[in-house]
Amino acid sequence: MKTMKTLLDPCCGRCTHTPETPCRDYVRCQTEGPLCHDDPACRMERERLLRELKTEVGSQKQAVLFCTGTGCASSGSNKLIEIMDAEIKKAGLDVSVSTRPTGCHGFCEQGPIVIIEPAKTFYTRVKAEDIPEIVAKDLVGGERVEHLLYVDPTTGQAATTYANAPFYAKQHRIVLHNCGHINPERIEDYFAQDGYRGFAHALQDMKPDEVIEEVKRSGLRGRGGAGFPTGLKWGLCRQSAGDKKYIICNADEGDPGAFMDRSVLEGDPHSVLEGMMIAAYAIGADEGYIYCRAEYPLAIKRLEIAIKQAEEVGLLGDNILASGFNFRIYIKAGAGAFVCGEETALIASIEGKRGMPKVRPPFPAQQGLWGKPTNNNNVETYSNVPHIFRHGADWYAGFGTEKSKGTKIFALTGKVNNTGLVEVPMGMSLREIIFDIGGGILGGKKFKAVQIGGPSGGCLPESLLDLPVDYDTLVQAGAMVGSGGLVVLDETTCMVDIARYFLNFTQKESCGKCTPCREGTKRMLEILVRITNGEGKEEDIETLEKLAGVVKSTSLCGLGQTAPNPVLATLKYFRHEYEAHIRDKQCPAHACSALLTYTIDEEKCKKCGLCAKNCPVKCITGDKNTPYRIDASACIKCGTCMEKCKFGAVVRA
Amino acid sequence: MCELCQDLIDPKETKLAEVLAGYAGRKGALIPVLQKAQEIYGYLPADVLRRIGRGLKIPVARVYGVATFYAQFRLTPMGQNVLRVCLGTACHVRGGAKVLETIEQELGVKDGGTTEDQRFTLEIVACIGACGLAPTMMINDQVYGRLAPDKVAGILAQYE
Repeated sequence: MKTMKTLLDPCCGRCTHTPETPCRDYVRCQTEGPLCHDDPACRMERERLLRELKTEVGSQKQAVLFCTGTGCASSGSNKLIEIMDAEIKKAGLDVSVSTRPTGCHGFCEQGPIVIIEPAKTFYTRVKAEDIPEIVAKDLVGGERVEHLLYVDPTTGQAATTYANAPFYAKQHRIVLHNCGHINPERIEDYFAQDGYRGFAHALQDMKPDEVIEEVKRSGLRGRGGAGFPTGLKWGLCRQSAGDKKYIICNADEGDPGAFMDRSVLEGDPHSVLEGMMIAAYAIGADEGYIYCRAEYPLAIKRLEIAIKQAEEVGLLGDNILASGFNFRIYIKAGAGAFVCGEETALIASIEGKRGMPKVRPPFPAQQGLWGKPTNNNNVETYSNVPHIFRHGADWYAGFGTEKSKGTKIFALTGKVNNTGLVEVPMGMSLREIIFDIGGGILGGKKFKAVQIGGPSGGCLPESLLDLPVDYDTLVQAGAMVGSGGLVVLDETTCMVDIARYFLNFTQKESCGKCTPCREGTKRMLEILVRITNGEGKEEDIETLEKLAGVVKSTSLCGLGQTAPNPVLATLKYFRHEYEAHIRDKQCPAHACSALLTYTIDEEKCKKCGLCAKNCPVKCITGDKNTPYRIDASACIKCGTCMEKCKFGAVVRA
Repeated sequence: MCELCQDLIDPKETKLAEVLAGYAGRKGALIPVLQKAQEIYGYLPADVLRRIGRGLKIPVARVYGVATFYAQFRLTPMGQNVLRVCLGTACHVRGGAKVLETIEQELGVKDGGTTEDQRFTLEIVACIGACGLAPTMMINDQVYGRLAPDKVAGILAQYE
């Protein structure tokens, strides 16, 4: 008999599914087929392909998974695949072993990451010269390559599989489940993981209102920032009058320090499409747009592939699965403006205008894209949706806290040992995330604060580390979940400098429509620059607080309303650092260069001259007989001399 | 048209005309057209902005407004290679500023500047989404992570 080459091939002549002649059971047939006839040969053929795609325990075949997300690709993972393919062929293993490019594992720090399935062996920081050893020792010999295993920095123990690396053990991956495991450029890999089952269930077994009820019951809230209940949003759009409606996916991930949307788009693009399809069916839309940053070329490429594949199998287009439902998705590449994360600005940008926010109401649910009712959610929100329809709203609502359900992905970065993406149930404490999953502070330094929620969020001190992370507790503490960036700061980070950093960002990104935001952030930035330069005045703190109040309460959109948050939160918890800069002209973290002086301790100096040789402005003089001195008037306070001195003779004060 | 005249026509202009024809009458065409025009010319000369305005029947003032609003669009020529240094939060706290200083010294230009030999255009960006590898930079589409000031010169030398 004719064998199926891929899961997408018809099992035999009895299968009639094409986009033009759709079969309502097409999606279910992928994993349970054949459904329209009973033929053991067809069933076994499908099961064989599924086993190969999933490489589960007991599978005859092995698969070598290479992360090809942006992080690992920049460390050369695509080259590694070529080398591995050649080595596999050389060893005569090409029948039993295959390579598979995957999306991001979220553990970019340790990239390039290589996983061997079905054993789940987890190799980190793999280099080209390690490949022959992996082939000889692991694939042929069945032994682990010990020196490539991940060693936990706190316990010193090697993790044999990714599941028992502490970084992954405490996570609960729902949205990231497929990321790093399936090939994001093949729809059949997504089918093998029950992909599109949620959409088929919603489309065929539920009415649009029931779909919305189910999302409401799940408790899902928007993952882009403010946490608006998703079901409620869909309901408002459904109720709006009009026969033409739009769906928008906000993939304009602009928060510095957040990259979860990028990883989902690169690692599991079909989950985003499936979420959008369910939303489109629920509100009655037939056209969808994904607004993706032009800075994410790989994400755009994978989305284009995914949309094309979904069209080819008839999951996008007309009369989808013989239901009469029509839906198409288009990609719009953003042109670089942070304010376009705000939904009315994003809509203006898709319409080809400057991305400036509008007064709400009317809300986009009533008058959005080209004046039509429009539903807008972000990437992570949409990719939660298929799981709700695969496993049920009650299952989903079983994760998280009373008012914040499900899981949230955080981008854990900064001065922490394990940087990467962390998906945990809502309500986990910051301490668990930073110290148990993140492995503590880099270089054994002391924790000072965690910046959460990007430019709209705030910095929380050590005393709040046991705070359970959910939408409401963070707002009470003066921060917010935002898009989920968690930047860990240690004792060498100056909190005034961090506030200045964020104000510099929001001031540049303010679109200029509202005067308080445009001018207010500029004035606040001037004051912060003055303070960090050691020219702060006594009344500066009060002026900052006053300006912050005005900008917050009189700006039109979220950018302005939250821009002062980094200043207010640092003033709340780290006021003493502001005071030290203003009154004592000192930076307690020794970070603000204008407030530092470098001198050379004559007793410790061995007169080696290394400092003078490396000084970029040649302001250090001395020789074997005369002690080395730094000319303070010419010094640019770069700290190079201190880094280079082997005897600790350079003193910073 | 005779062969001699054909040589006088800039192939870039033909391409732009094709792009404009492809988007004629379509909603929301301005930004994608500007993106394609910048791909063709490397930047957006004033004359191209005027032609886009005529082609899409949009006032040049609005075309100019959009072109200057978004960070992606450039009104001056770019260097052979675009170097984007990330100063997102994660890169900022992990020493991105020092990497930037070194690059500025190596190239002798500041944010937005192009080197005299047209080799590099330097831009500061606020997050390229590779925070796990901070501090980072991007040259064209290639991301470089785990940077330190002493690694910069070696990477720059790979680009002509």
